[in-house]
Amino acid sequence: MRRINLRAVGLAAAALGLVVAAGCQANTNDGGNQAADYCGKKVGFFGALTGENAAIVIPSRDGAKLAFKQYNEANPDCQLQMVEFDSQGDPDKAAGFAQQVVADQDFLGVIGGAFSGETNGTMPVFQGGGVPMISPSATRVDLSGRPGITVFHRVVGHDGTQSAAIAKFLRDEGATKVFLIDDGSAYGAGLTAELAKRLDEGTPKIPYATDKVQEQQTIFDATVAKIQAEQPDYIFYGGYPREAAPLFRQIRGANITAQLLGADGLYDPALATNTEGAAEGAIITCPCLPASEAGGTFTADFKAEYGTEPGSYGAEGYDAAKVFIDVISGGASTRADVLTGIKAYDKEGASKHIKFDAGGDVDPSVVVVWAYKVEGDGLTPLRALGVQ
Amino acid sequence: MNTLIDHIGQYTVDGVSKGAIYALVALGYTLVYGVLRLINFAHSEVFMVGTFAILVTYTVLDVQQYPALVVAIPTALLGLVVAGLASGGIALAVERAAYLPLRRKNAPPLIFLITAIGVSMILVEVFGLLLPRRIGHLLPEVFGRERAASLSVPYLFERRPVLTIGDTTIDTIHVIVVVAAVVMMIGLDLFINRTRYGRGVRAVAQDPQTAALMGVNQDRVIMLIFVLGGVMAGAAALLWTIRIGNTQSAIGFVVGLKAFTAAVLGGIGNLRGALLGGILLGVVEVYAAAITASIWEDVFAFVILVIVLMFRPTGLLGESLGRARA
Repeated sequence: MRRINLRAVGLAAAALGLVVAAGCQANTNDGGNQAADYCGKKVGFFGALTGENAAIVIPSRDGAKLAFKQYNEANPDCQLQMVEFDSQGDPDKAAGFAQQVVADQDFLGVIGGAFSGETNGTMPVFQGGGVPMISPSATRVDLSGRPGITVFHRVVGHDGTQSAAIAKFLRDEGATKVFLIDDGSAYGAGLTAELAKRLDEGTPKIPYATDKVQEQQTIFDATVAKIQAEQPDYIFYGGYPREAAPLFRQIRGANITAQLLGADGLYDPALATNTEGAAEGAIITCPCLPASEAGGTFTADFKAEYGTEPGSYGAEGYDAAKVFIDVISGGASTRADVLTGIKAYDKEGASKHIKFDAGGDVDPSVVVVWAYKVEGDGLTPLRALGVQ
Repeated sequence: MNTLIDHIGQYTVDGVSKGAIYALVALGYTLVYGVLRLINFAHSEVFMVGTFAILVTYTVLDVQQYPALVVAIPTALLGLVVAGLASGGIALAVERAAYLPLRRKNAPPLIFLITAIGVSMILVEVFGLLLPRRIGHLLPEVFGRERAASLSVPYLFERRPVLTIGDTTIDTIHVIVVVAAVVMMIGLDLFINRTRYGRGVRAVAQDPQTAALMGVNQDRVIMLIFVLGGVMAGAAALLWTIRIGNTQSAIGFVVGLKAFTAAVLGGIGNLRGALLGGILLGVVEVYAAAITASIWEDVFAFVILVIVLMFRPTGLLGESLGRARA
């Protein structure tokens, strides 16, 4: 029932988006006298801006918005637009928006998708329209380097890097048995399978047991009973907070004391504030930098603009937008030119040095995975994790 | 398979206490269907409202997790009253606002069904978007974030082992949930089968026209069953917060679907069937999750439902609310 309803909301939002976009377009045309070809062009932002998992995406949207604002303030005569598409993380909805973007030639590229599932769903559509994509946060391994796909890039490390870092963390901590749980989503299942592989392959080999839950699940009796039977010292959850919050509470409610572990999908302060302390002490890894580590003036600018620290993927959202802005303002006014520009891009970004390989990934050596600890009402940076 | 066999006792206990909550929610579907032949899909949101009522109460009273027993027991009873009032009230409001006008116009059953789905969506959005935006500032801890991933409700009782046989531990939460659910159901069963009001309900379920001719106020009976179903959903909401401890605006959907399945499995319209169906469903789900993975539990649950309905199309105990003897 909910899904149908979200679709209706999405349609309404899309219609509104079109009207707004049309309005803005008219404005820029009025003012553009001798402006360059690329003035008034648009870049889309795809991600869950409302819904249960929006908290992970909002900071990267804000980061990207900041980059466009800075550019537009410096260039009042030649504005670039960022148009937001609230996919709610739903691949079906994102694919619908992707068709719109492809059809409107003013769109020179897309920042996103934010999640792996929607990125997977929209990639063929964008490839068909030649629309370059730069994702700030889609980390599933097999998104990059696909045969026949040239449009996909990401400014974030992938789950291979992240799972390697988690595996190394577990070995460093001397874990003897791990219980792996995932939510069956493109992201959660992919990451958890990678981690399982690394626990098997590395030395020492760490034994593990698994369970798979489903999205929207709230009762985790069987999972809890399995954990009790296996008696692990670490419990890893690959998924998003909607399921993790009740799961962690039920694990702690059953007096299981094993260390809780999660990946970037759980990088959300709501996990700390909405679990009655059940997530306290949980370790969350993220290939995203703590605010204090971001390069340039990004953190200060972000704070001045929004009054908060940039959360998950704030710097990555900013970097993705910056790549588009640099390439487009360098004179690229068609999708093909922008794609060429992105392929040749080689600059220091806020989160890391940005240079894409043939498959669309950044150099793994510049990717740093950080461990955060859930403490009080938020996430405290713990340390950067090495990659084995 | 081995995991299940090794720990079958534990999985059974977990399944029974999970099913007890389904059973309480299932009563709402069964009562309304028994009397009106209507599937009230808005009932899942009646349950959701109950969980929110409890969360608001706890927030106002500043209830902390695991309070002392002298605090926990009165709080739970207060929660039961508040949730019962809220859920019963919202069920009655839905009946009056949405179904009564349709009944007056003799609308066909399909119209009721689509109205129920509409009401359900409206309630989800009211609690997910409207309330947080409008009164969120009044209740910061509860409605602070729009459509929060999950709002936690403090646990009132700690899980402590009550009885351990081999690997199987029956803990305080299992006991509270199952005992409370069974007591509520026995109470309802007695009410329907032994009181004057109950006789009216059964009479209308059996033959509305004749019941009306005999002087039964049909309108009052309909209001009564919506309130009763709502109160049971409120009780389920309390047990849910004690056992699961979280809520959100869309939480009713899955619970409602399972409870409806439980009602059909046991024989929709039959009160005892709801209990049997709920517990069977809970146990099947936990077994299925133990054998494979939790992601498969719904598949197994619905396969069992289909198989049961093949051999007993009216459910395990049949549709008998109307046929029970006075």
